Amino acid sequence: MGRYVLRRLLQLIPVFFGTTFLIYYLVWAVPGDPFAGKCGERPCPQSYVDFMTEKFNLDKPIIVQYGTYMKNLLQGDFGQTFGGRQISDLIADAYPNTIKLAIVALVIEAVIGLTAGVITGLRRNGFLDNLVLVSTLFMIALPIFVLGFLLQKWLGVDLGIVKPTVSNPPSIGELIMPGFVLGSASMAYIARLARTSIAENRRSDYVRTAIAKGLPMKRVVGVHLLRNSLIPVVTYLGTDLGALMGGAIVTEGIFNINGIGRQVYRAIVTKEGATVVSIVVILVLVYLISNLLVDLLYAALDPRIRYE
Amino acid sequence: MSEVVITDPRYASAGKPSGRLLEVEDLRVEFRTRDGVAKVINGVTYHVNAGETLAVLGESGSGKSVTAQAIMGILDTPPGFVTGGQIRFHGDDMLKMSAEQRRRIRGNGIAMVFQDALSALNPVFTVGFQIAEQFRVRQGLSRGDAKKRAIEMLDQVKIPHARQRVNEYPHQFSGGMRQRVMIAMSLALDPEVLIADEPTTALDVTVQAQIMDLLGELQRERQMGLILITHDLGVVADVADRIAVMYAGRIVEEATVYELYAKPAHPYTIGLLQSIPRLDEKGQELRTIKGLPPNLMRIPSGCPFHPRCPMRVDDICIPNVPPLLQIGATRASACHFAEDLVNRD
Amino acid sequence: MSEPMPPSLVTSPPTTEPTVGNALEADAQEKKSRDKPRGLLGDAWRDLRRKPLFWISAALILLFVLMAAMPFLFTSASPSEGVLARSRVSPSADAWFGYDVQGRDVYARVIYGARASIVVSLASTFGTVLFGGMMGVIAGYRGGWLDGLVSRLGEVFSGIPFVLGAIVILFTFNGPGTNRGPWAIMAIVVVSLVILTWPVSMRIMRSSVLAVRDADYIVAARAMGAGPGRIIFKHLIPNCLAPLLVYSTILIGSFVGAEATLSFLGVGLRTPVVSWGIMINEAQNYIRVSPFLLFFPSAFLVTAVLAFVMLGEAVREALDPKLR
Repeated sequence: MGRYVLRRLLQLIPVFFGTTFLIYYLVWAVPGDPFAGKCGERPCPQSYVDFMTEKFNLDKPIIVQYGTYMKNLLQGDFGQTFGGRQISDLIADAYPNTIKLAIVALVIEAVIGLTAGVITGLRRNGFLDNLVLVSTLFMIALPIFVLGFLLQKWLGVDLGIVKPTVSNPPSIGELIMPGFVLGSASMAYIARLARTSIAENRRSDYVRTAIAKGLPMKRVVGVHLLRNSLIPVVTYLGTDLGALMGGAIVTEGIFNINGIGRQVYRAIVTKEGATVVSIVVILVLVYLISNLLVDLLYAALDPRIRYE
Repeated sequence: MSEVVITDPRYASAGKPSGRLLEVEDLRVEFRTRDGVAKVINGVTYHVNAGETLAVLGESGSGKSVTAQAIMGILDTPPGFVTGGQIRFHGDDMLKMSAEQRRRIRGNGIAMVFQDALSALNPVFTVGFQIAEQFRVRQGLSRGDAKKRAIEMLDQVKIPHARQRVNEYPHQFSGGMRQRVMIAMSLALDPEVLIADEPTTALDVTVQAQIMDLLGELQRERQMGLILITHDLGVVADVADRIAVMYAGRIVEEATVYELYAKPAHPYTIGLLQSIPRLDEKGQELRTIKGLPPNLMRIPSGCPFHPRCPMRVDDICIPNVPPLLQIGATRASACHFAEDLVNRD
Repeated sequence: MSEPMPPSLVTSPPTTEPTVGNALEADAQEKKSRDKPRGLLGDAWRDLRRKPLFWISAALILLFVLMAAMPFLFTSASPSEGVLARSRVSPSADAWFGYDVQGRDVYARVIYGARASIVVSLASTFGTVLFGGMMGVIAGYRGGWLDGLVSRLGEVFSGIPFVLGAIVILFTFNGPGTNRGPWAIMAIVVVSLVILTWPVSMRIMRSSVLAVRDADYIVAARAMGAGPGRIIFKHLIPNCLAPLLVYSTILIGSFVGAEATLSFLGVGLRTPVVSWGIMINEAQNYIRVSPFLLFFPSAFLVTAVLAFVMLGEAVREALDPKLR
């Protein structure tokens, strides 16, 4: 096990550098003058350009820039925005909100998706099953921004049940609607995953054995069937946490949540290269580590899997 | 039926007439699938008493396992439906019982050993958990006591180092050891009847003998009724008291082991016996039964065996279904010519 | 004779075929041998034909493709000609879906908007499947360091969150200030979608190649002296295609959604291209006063995605041997 973790960590290193370099290159090296549009209508004063160029090594070859940047980053220095704000402060402000949102989304999708999936997996081809299947197709088909607007308009504006946008920092209650929107597609996937998995395992021999042992149905389903069927669902949830944090750009934009997604979008629009790269680096790291954890989780849940 | 709730069938039915432990009478099961209705069991009747071993013999698809599943109440429904007959345990028809009453019989009244222990054991729980679970849920034992009992059970089926192995998962056991675990699990609640559904089919030949010996030994010790389902005539000879031969969802012959081997009373049984390779006929071609088992959606008219039967008399066998008739004190046959078969020399 | 299965809109009757015992299997085989031999695709087609889900989605898709190819069949109004005097005029008999902020006919615009969605999603799917599939075959068939390299490369690209990566790429190549024609913009959007999604196709193809690579018939073909080209194209790819095919049908739907999302964010397609995403973007400031501006493009978008997702669902059920 220890060796497996070590090997996986070693594999992560090239991927981590590859991904971050790719982003760095896209942000800094491909066309364009990083100062275009930074100083209002007029071009930036030369003194400012010189100052920034030296500070961010913009005149050196891209690989040197990247190296310097990474060296600083690994020492915890994310650099500054053009306006002189510490990027680490910016992230520290925004990140907790994104984490909160992702966790709310995860809880909502897990609870609703699992309930729907388990119920329909146990009673297939009933009215409820078809209802759930149709709604999961809809959930998958609804792009986040459409669902976001519809709920915002309907629940927020028309019915006035919830506030259409959230305060800063947002409370958990305010994040329920955005979390639902963010997790909607995953919710549908979880429902289907759980349904398939339950339906498959329901006919398995070990469930039949459990019944033959004279266990009450509640225990057959609750212990034997669920424990096995949940393995793929739990691992999906793990991977999804990483994806939710990176995918919150649209949701955070619609509901005006001061999170990492909105910050990165703003940084892209205003060409705050350093901010973009910093945030992407963090997101990539979170994504890679959560995938590793999922693999380990998988081994913990299924004793047949042993990593060498 | 009165409103009496049967808590323990051993006592609830004391004094009922027949005295037989488990009786299946005229059981009928069909599978309703998209492609049609398959009549899998067409009037099976057999019984087993305490301390007795009944072997149920037949090709795959003859309905022997489905009968067992119907007894246990673990038929997949849909597509499987019991459409008629009775399954009496201590004289009470289990098919008329509530789900809860039937559940209570499973495990401590009738238990079952499955063919493929690897898939029949839950892969994500330790074998100890799966055995101890029954003591905890059914007898209310504490975790610690239940585990002690589980270790005892593993000891009883002669698994070495039971104390350590109790914490292992099914995939960590060898095939033979896994089947021992399966047996330990089925015997945990001390059932009166044990149904073993091809318990050795998935195992190596050398291990098969060990498992059969173990089953026989445990059956004698505990004076259980044992229903041994198999397609292997060789397995049956040493262990069984009586044999019921199944074909196309019916019992075609029932007899003591001795009678059946000495003088089979059904052409199908004769065919089965002849298809065993014999040392004294070395070099000769193996005899087989011609043709294939019938399609259960279109069972032939009359005697279902007639298309394959070497002794067929068209006028009799094609229109008339032969009933299973007593042809001696301890034997019955469902062949129009059973008497002739028994009396010929 | 047979037990009628409850009619179901979404699924075919029970997908896990009950095990009825070997006699029935023998029976099924007997029955099969009497019928004409069928391949996997023939089986899938026979399965598909019985599904209402398939027919509904196929009809919808046909409708959208028709809109994309010949929008003038559906409307005579111009999608881009705006008359400010009728800005945000509500739907009427004249203009069923009303007029947008710039006084353009919303009905004409949603009809013309189909083209961008269909073209972008089909082209991106084609690109992803082709490129990813090719990489998957190379990685799976050759193995060794090449497999390692392709796999790591795939991880690099899939490590970037999709929307974020697309925004960065598109902002770099298609940011404000750049001025390109509609086809160039579409091409850029397609390329960025392909770049960000090929690893999934690669992984699907790679694992099916790995599963098949050492199958007896491949070994036999090799033993008989077939070259790698013949083995790959004649034996390997036809046997590995099904999972990728299933994935690609569903992918079309998600690309329709992705295109709209990116256009909505202002980094995808831009005017003069007409796109549902752009329309929704333009409508967002008028949610309170003119909700129909949001409603119609959203409805078309969701219907289009749904049609492809349903098709993918039907194809998956028909092709996935595990579900049979």
